[in-house]
Amino acid sequence: MTKLRADELRYEVDGDTILDGVSLAVDAGETVAVVGPSGAGKSSLLRLLNRLNEPTGGTVSLDGTDYRSLDPGTLRKRVGLVPQQPALRDGTVRENVTIGPRLRGESVAEERVTELLADVGLAGYADRDVSDLSGGEAQRVAIARTVANDPDVLLLDEPTASLDSEAEAAIERLLTDLLAAGKRTAILVTHDERQAARLADRVARVADGRIVDVGTPREVIA
Amino acid sequence: MIAVPDRVTDPVVVRGLVQVAAATALAAVVVAVSSLRNLDLERELGGSFVRGFIQVLAMGVLIGALFAVPLSYSALLLAAMVCYAAWESRKRGDGVPNAFRISVVSLALGSSVVIVTMVAAGAIERTVRNLVPVGGMIIANAMKTNSLTLDRFQGEVASNRAEIEAVLALGVPPERAISEFVTESVRASLIPVVDAMRTLGLVYIPGMMSGMILGGANPIYAAEYQFVIMGMIFAAGGLTSMTTSLLLARSAFTDAAQLRAFEPTETTLLGTLRAAVKR
Repeated sequence: MTKLRADELRYEVDGDTILDGVSLAVDAGETVAVVGPSGAGKSSLLRLLNRLNEPTGGTVSLDGTDYRSLDPGTLRKRVGLVPQQPALRDGTVRENVTIGPRLRGESVAEERVTELLADVGLAGYADRDVSDLSGGEAQRVAIARTVANDPDVLLLDEPTASLDSEAEAAIERLLTDLLAAGKRTAILVTHDERQAARLADRVARVADGRIVDVGTPREVIA
Repeated sequence: MIAVPDRVTDPVVVRGLVQVAAATALAAVVVAVSSLRNLDLERELGGSFVRGFIQVLAMGVLIGALFAVPLSYSALLLAAMVCYAAWESRKRGDGVPNAFRISVVSLALGSSVVIVTMVAAGAIERTVRNLVPVGGMIIANAMKTNSLTLDRFQGEVASNRAEIEAVLALGVPPERAISEFVTESVRASLIPVVDAMRTLGLVYIPGMMSGMILGGANPIYAAEYQFVIMGMIFAAGGLTSMTTSLLLARSAFTDAAQLRAFEPTETTLLGTLRAAVKR
């Protein structure tokens, strides 16, 4: 069953075409990797799917409903984005992990915080100041922050781009567990084709704002 | 209606002209010395002297004319001051969406609440002679606070765009996603007013109080009135900054709760007014 579908998405900024009619359907529980060179429009696609930017043409549907008919807050809770840079706020790990529900006026149980931190390999980090974290740890906090909403779809923008190989391997293991355990639907944007092959069920290749190839990792990645 | 001729024939004005002649004679000496020493500055020195005299005299005539207009005109004058102050202020938030309109609304609200209250309380006399200069002072100070709010807000959003969008992407309502930075803008904009209030009388002896004492007023009354003025400046600044920040927080997002790009827009007063009217 199709969970998230992009239909002929177009995105232009100041006359420049960033996305030129992108269509992509992602089934429930499936992980799709979007690969391609930098500047191809991969991150822009994720921003449109989370509706952080407005498409110039086309639309997105979630469980068959046009996302423009959903309240943007509700949509973003269900289609959660983990940005490329963690962009954490000053404060503790706990404050950052719970910031979504907290700023929406919802409370988060202490057990839930413990569980979220354990899931991303940061057990016991709740009271640490985020300024003391390594890049990999900050990325984990950013993942936990989005997972705290329990989204139907997880959008991951280059989750390991700025990490060393050791931290990269650890984040990949975490994502493998996270995506398998909850049968969560995910779209992973990465410039690393081997990572796409390791994590995704299907791969879409983007070039110049268009999808030029979609298929299994074996079909798309030579 | 405008009593300029009376003012021109006022004996004080005639006596003033003699004093102007004396000052001009002194300036002429400077020009002459410059000429003798071949400094080649006569044109510049003489020009600036004549220009300064014309400008300051024009200002005196204008203020004199203002005192003669009916009281209802002061509202019009204050409104024009608010518009011009908003125009100057909006440059501090270059690219902030609707900075001009927001500034007009906030300055009008902040200063009118204070002016109306203080007129009702009798602290500002119902005369053009009082309303225009005191009102102008309140508006000018509210403008300073407004400019600081805009400047800080623009800076905070520019340097924290990723942080704001990361939280927005979690489905947090826009006003909550940006509130931390709005609070920071208000706090920063009020620092000068708060510091002036804290040091009032100890470090900062305001010009108005000095002027009143020099003019022969009871120093205790001068102090009381200065405090009233400071209170008005404080209240107008606070109201303006809070209104501005509230409107900025809304204006920064689209209807679909997307953080707008902050791009510089209209640069002429006429164009902005036209655009505002069209909307």
